[in-house]
Amino acid sequence: MQTITRDQLIEKAVSLLADGTVSCVLGWQKGEFDYDVTPVLFKNADELKANFVWNDFCGANFSKYLVTKAEKATGKVLVFLKPCDTYSFNQLLTEHRFNREKVYAVGIPCEGMVDVAKVKAICGDGIVSIDCGEKLSVTTLYGDEPTVIDAKDVLAERCINCKSKKHVAYDELLGEEGEVIASDRFDEVAKLEAMTPDERFAFWQGELSRCIRCNACRDACPACTCEKCVFDNPKSGVENKSPANSFEEKMFHIIRAFHVAGRCTDCGECSRVCPQNIPLHLLNRKFIKDINCFYGEYQAGAEVGSRAPLVDYTTDDLEPGEVFDRRDNNA
Amino acid sequence: MRKCSLNSINSVFAEIAKAATLYLPVDGKDGSAVYTKWEEGKVWSNALNTVRSPKDFFFPQTENLMAFKTAGKNIEIIDTRSESEDFVIFGVRACDVKSFEILDRVFLSEPVDTFYAARRAHGVIVSVACTKPSETCFCGTFGINPAEPAGDISAWKTETEVFFRANTEKGVALLSKIEGLTEECTDEAVDAQKEKISAIMKKLPLKDVTTDAFGGGKTMDYFNSPAWDELSQSCLGCGTCTFVCPTCQCYDIKDFNTGKGVIRYRCWDSCMYSEFTRMAHGNNRLSQKERFRQRFMHKLVYYPENNDGLFSCVGCGRCLAKCPISMNIVKVMKKIGGENK
Ligand code: SF4
Ligand code: SF4
Ligand code: SF4
Ligand code: SF4
Repeated sequence: MQTITRDQLIEKAVSLLADGTVSCVLGWQKGEFDYDVTPVLFKNADELKANFVWNDFCGANFSKYLVTKAEKATGKVLVFLKPCDTYSFNQLLTEHRFNREKVYAVGIPCEGMVDVAKVKAICGDGIVSIDCGEKLSVTTLYGDEPTVIDAKDVLAERCINCKSKKHVAYDELLGEEGEVIASDRFDEVAKLEAMTPDERFAFWQGELSRCIRCNACRDACPACTCEKCVFDNPKSGVENKSPANSFEEKMFHIIRAFHVAGRCTDCGECSRVCPQNIPLHLLNRKFIKDINCFYGEYQAGAEVGSRAPLVDYTTDDLEPGEVFDRRDNNA
Repeated sequence: MRKCSLNSINSVFAEIAKAATLYLPVDGKDGSAVYTKWEEGKVWSNALNTVRSPKDFFFPQTENLMAFKTAGKNIEIIDTRSESEDFVIFGVRACDVKSFEILDRVFLSEPVDTFYAARRAHGVIVSVACTKPSETCFCGTFGINPAEPAGDISAWKTETEVFFRANTEKGVALLSKIEGLTEECTDEAVDAQKEKISAIMKKLPLKDVTTDAFGGGKTMDYFNSPAWDELSQSCLGCGTCTFVCPTCQCYDIKDFNTGKGVIRYRCWDSCMYSEFTRMAHGNNRLSQKERFRQRFMHKLVYYPENNDGLFSCVGCGRCLAKCPISMNIVKVMKKIGGENK
C-alpha cells in the first residue's frame, strides 16, 4: 500500500494548477481494469478528479516524457516522481535533454510497485478487480472469494531490489523522505559471473532468443533519447527491424547496453515493459557493477552534472591489464 | 466426436509427430507459454494463450525470399525457398484461428504470396476451446465463440479428457491417424462445457465492447477526430502491439549484403515505426499520432472496407496485456466509437 493517497496528489495538483504554477500535470490515468494505467497530461481539476490514479500499479517512469512534453507545454509541467524516477530525471538534465525551467517536480514516496503477472501467478487469470488497501484484495472471474495478498509478495523485481527511497531531485516533496538502501541488486549478476563462459552464453541465448525486437525496452528507457536510433536509421548500415539470426538478437542488446553504460540509473523500465519477460536489467547491472569495481562507486543520476567514469579521464584510471586483478580482488 | 483421456494425450502427440512436425504451447522458462516443437517430455501448457501469436507459422518474423550471387558482370538469382514440410499446430485458440482468415485475405488474394500459401497448404490446425478466458479477452465482440473454435480439428479439454471433431478434409485425415488412440463418443460432455463457457462469456468485463460505430466507409467520420491526440499522447512508438498481434500483417523487404552477394528477405514491420513505408520523398506519416491512428483505422475501418466488413482484430487481448503504457484497441474503440455513435 502506498503511504501517500490519490486525494493528496490530486489536491496538490489542483492547487498548483489554480495558482498558475503549472499549466498541466503529467500523471497516471485509470484504465479498463485496476492495473492498466496510462501516462497522460491532465489539463484541469475535473480531468484529475475523474481519471487520475495513484496506486500500486503506477510503475511508469515519467522522466523521459519530459523530453517531449515540457518542450510543447505552454507553462510548466507538474511531474510526480517516485524516488527511482528522480535519478532518471537528473541524468536527463545532465544530458541537457529537457528544460528544467519548464518543469515543476513533486517528489512522492513509494512503497514499491506490484507486478500484475505475479498477482496472476497467485490468483489466476480473469482479474475483475484489485483493491489496493492495506493488502491487495483480488477478485477474479473464477474464484468465489477475493484473494488477499501482501503487496510485498508480488513486488516487481526492480522494487524488491530498490536502491533508494530517497529523492535526488524535486521542487517540493510530499510525505516522508527515505534513505538510499543497500540492496541485493547485484546478487543475480554475481551468479552469472560465477558461470562458465559456455553456461553464460547458454543463459543469454535462452533469454535473448525470445526477443521479438519490439523495441519497447529501448523506447521506454530514459537513457535512450537519441533522436534517431542507429537501429532505425537506414543510413547507419546497422539498421535492423527484426533479428535475422541469433547474432543480431544479441547484437542489439549488447550495443544498447554499452551505449547506456554509465548513464543507466537502473530504473528498471526495460525489464518492466518487455513483453517476453527478458531480464534486461541484468545486462545493465553488470556494467554498473563493473564500473563500481573498476572506477569506484558511481550512481548515474545521483546528482546533476556528474561526469560518468567512462567519459571522464583521470590519471587514476585503470589500465586494461589491471582489469582482471581488480575484478578478482573485488570478487 | 472422438475422445481420449488426458493422461494419454502424450501418446496422441507422439502418433501425430510420427507423420508431421507438431507444435504446441509449452510453458517457457519465464512461465509464459510458447509454441514449441513437440518431443518426448514436452508438456501441453495450461496457459490460456501464448504471448507470441501463431501467425509465425505462416508469416514468420523474418524469411529469406531469394538470393543473388554476383561474379563479374553476372548475377545469378537463387531460389532459397526450402521445401515446406507438413506440420500440425495444436492447441490454437478460437481468436487465433480466426486471425488466419484475416491473414489469408491479404496474402492469398491476387497476387498470391506463394511463400505464405505454401506454409498454409502444409499446416494443419487443431484448435481448442477456452474454458477460462482472461479479463482481457473480447473475441465475442468480433463474433468469435471460444467454445466453438474453428480449424481443421476442434478440440475440447476437460479435467480428464480431450475431445476431437474434424471440420475439414485435412482434419479427417489427421484424426484417422490417431484413430487407434481415441474412441467414438457422444457430444454430451462437450455440450456441457460449451454451456459453461457461454455463461462465463456473459461475465467478461469487456463483453460490451462493440464494433457498431466502425466498418467500411467511416474514414472521414474518424480521421480528423481530436481524440487521436489524446489517445496517442504517450505512445512510445514501440512495435509491441503490432508484433504480438495475430492479425498485424505488415512487412518490409530488405537486401542484406553478404559481401559476395545479396540475400533478399522480408521481416515484420510496424506502422508504429518512424521508418514505416518511407518513400523517396520521405515518410508519409510524420507524427506518432498519425502512425498510431493508422494502426487502429486499419483494423476498424480500412480493412473491413476492403474485406466485406470483416474487422482485422480478433479480440485476443494481447495488446491489452503487453502495451508498456496500457493503451490499446479497446480504449480506442470506446473513446472514438463512444463519441461518434
Ligand atoms: S522489450 Fe523485450 S522483446 Fe522487445 S525488443 Fe526489448 S528485449 Fe526484445
Ligand atoms: S500503443 Fe503501446 S505497444 Fe503500441 S506502439 Fe504505442 S506504446 Fe507501443
Ligand atoms: S489488435 Fe490487440 S486484441 Fe486485436 S487482434 Fe491485435 S493484439 Fe489481439
Ligand atoms: S479472446 Fe476468446 S478465443 Fe481468444 S483466448 Fe480469449 S476467450 Fe479464447
